[in-house]
Amino acid sequence: MAKIEAEVGKPQGGLIKWIDDRFPMTSTLKYHVTEYYAAKSFNWWYVFGVLAFVVLAIQLVTGIFLTMNYKPAAADAFASVEYIMRDVEWGWLIRYMHSTGASFFFIVVYLHMFRAMLYGSYKKPRELIWLIGMLIFFVLMAEGFAGYLLPWGQMSYWGAQVIISLFGAIPWVGDALVEIIRGDYSISDITLNRFFALHVIVLPLILIGLVFVHIVALHEVGSNNPDGIEIKKNKDANGKPIDGIAFHPYHTSKDLVGIIVFLMIFSAVVFFAPEMGGMFLEHANFEPANLTATPEHIAPVWYYTPYYAILRAVPDKLWGFILFAMAVVLPVFLPWLDRCRVRSIRYRGWMHKTALSVFVVTFISLGWLGLQPATDTYVVLARVFSVLYFAFFLLMPFYTSIDKTKPLPDRVTYHG
Amino acid sequence: MVKFRMMASLLALGAVLLSGESIAAGGGATLEHANIERDNTSSLQRGARNFMNYCSGCHSAQYVRFNTIGKHLELSDEQLRDNLMFNADKSFETIQASMPASDAKRWYGVAPPDLSLMARAKGVDYLYSFLKGFYLEADSPTGVNNLVLAGTSMPHVLGGLQGYQTANFSEHENEDGSVTTTFDGFEMLSAGSMDAEQYDEFVRDTVNFLAYISEPVRSDRRKLGVWVLMFLIFFYILASMLKKQIWKDVK
Repeated sequence: MAKIEAEVGKPQGGLIKWIDDRFPMTSTLKYHVTEYYAAKSFNWWYVFGVLAFVVLAIQLVTGIFLTMNYKPAAADAFASVEYIMRDVEWGWLIRYMHSTGASFFFIVVYLHMFRAMLYGSYKKPRELIWLIGMLIFFVLMAEGFAGYLLPWGQMSYWGAQVIISLFGAIPWVGDALVEIIRGDYSISDITLNRFFALHVIVLPLILIGLVFVHIVALHEVGSNNPDGIEIKKNKDANGKPIDGIAFHPYHTSKDLVGIIVFLMIFSAVVFFAPEMGGMFLEHANFEPANLTATPEHIAPVWYYTPYYAILRAVPDKLWGFILFAMAVVLPVFLPWLDRCRVRSIRYRGWMHKTALSVFVVTFISLGWLGLQPATDTYVVLARVFSVLYFAFFLLMPFYTSIDKTKPLPDRVTYHG
Repeated sequence: MVKFRMMASLLALGAVLLSGESIAAGGGATLEHANIERDNTSSLQRGARNFMNYCSGCHSAQYVRFNTIGKHLELSDEQLRDNLMFNADKSFETIQASMPASDAKRWYGVAPPDLSLMARAKGVDYLYSFLKGFYLEADSPTGVNNLVLAGTSMPHVLGGLQGYQTANFSEHENEDGSVTTTFDGFEMLSAGSMDAEQYDEFVRDTVNFLAYISEPVRSDRRKLGVWVLMFLIFFYILASMLKKQIWKDVK
């Protein structure tokens, strides 16, 4: 008896050891937090990953409180949102945080993706992180779209009408597909119900799962840095990268500063401009959905408009849909389209720098054009920018392979 | 440097987005500026009186409770009951139209819309211009048309106050043969009980009230926002100091 007790019996090392014998707590914390080394040379572009996580948390928490008062029925939805805005204690704050959070999710994610493009973070060995990230982006687009129907305003209804009908352009299965999405012959109470289910449980679950995998994959290969060189090549006697510093407390304390700056901008919108001049909450959405009256000008929310502008630039419905879908999906192939030997823009030639600059102008211009009515001039402009958008990706294998590069440094650039 | 540039560009982006506050009319008519004073309580009180006397016969504001109005406009339950609550018993009730919606539909062809959110949906300049935009038109069922919303089913309810005006239009042919109609101005035909200035004030107060009921929490949220930002600035200073301390040994 005594011998058995000596072997398994009394806990030694307290509660932490008790848990560690049964669950990899300390080792997991070390691996992912206190002994996860990332370059000390991170600049502020590197804050957007953490910020995306912060926005996700804001959306989940405010979302839970919204579902406690929202009614997913065509007859009640609009009124229940106004009930939240007027009668629920702090309901207005929760709702504005959620609606503002939706737009900020995309701002932060677009900047996070742009960071990856600046420093070639999608290149080998981080292709899978990029692929998972693109999946997150697709789910986020679906999540935003499903959520936008829920307030059941004019723009919710007619925006959804326009976007869902796009799928009707697909030959053979188009009409059936549209019916499956709507669950009805038009957008109705049934559609609202299923979009609610998608928005509050199906898509968030997938999103959280993908974010988890995104981070696991990142920690397996290690973070890139503004120089695009491997910090694991230079290790000290203990096997720790010389240019790396632990995620906690170094990067966490820096991220905290970034998070507060983000919260300042976020709060400025929530408290002083929650409609953002009709960009975050569209004016027409303050009228309840009216099945018999189309709003004068239907535009999706700003974060879809770059792709929407491409769709509208094509005169044919099916080809419009194909190019729209291609525009969304093309970035998936970046790791293989980019043939350059170096990752970071710091050591690349003028061709890539020019291409990336033109791409930024193109993306913003398309986004602006997608918000405007489709006049002749704007459609022509949208066509020019659509060509530039596709050229950036499709010509990439050529200009990145002939572009001159500068020699890479041995150590990361850090000025303290 | 990068940090500064990034923050500057974010702020610039915000400024650009914020500048688009006014809403386009869509109808083609240029809108007059309402110039409302959102924090002027007496203007809002007059607006509430105007609304209940001239609008609430036909229009509801179904999301707006009397006691909410009382709280923000500094009116006691008694004052609410005596001056505003014509068809309501309890101060927590919402503003309902006196006219049944089914009758309204039969009489006007369309039920008068709820006005709770009209200011947010259309913008205050639109409402201001709309209420000043009625003009006589013989072949319209209501005898009037509106410059901002052509063919509106709404009669000129405020005709007794504003009087009745005609609108002058001129047509001129373009080079390609198409005809452009331009609005040249109103002409007062029969005066109402108010002069032009009094009527402008009347409409301005009413629109101010409509803007208020479209988001009663507006002034509270702005006040709270100042505190939140002050807290975040304080928190920012602490976090920066903490970061500096922790990063001291990073060379």
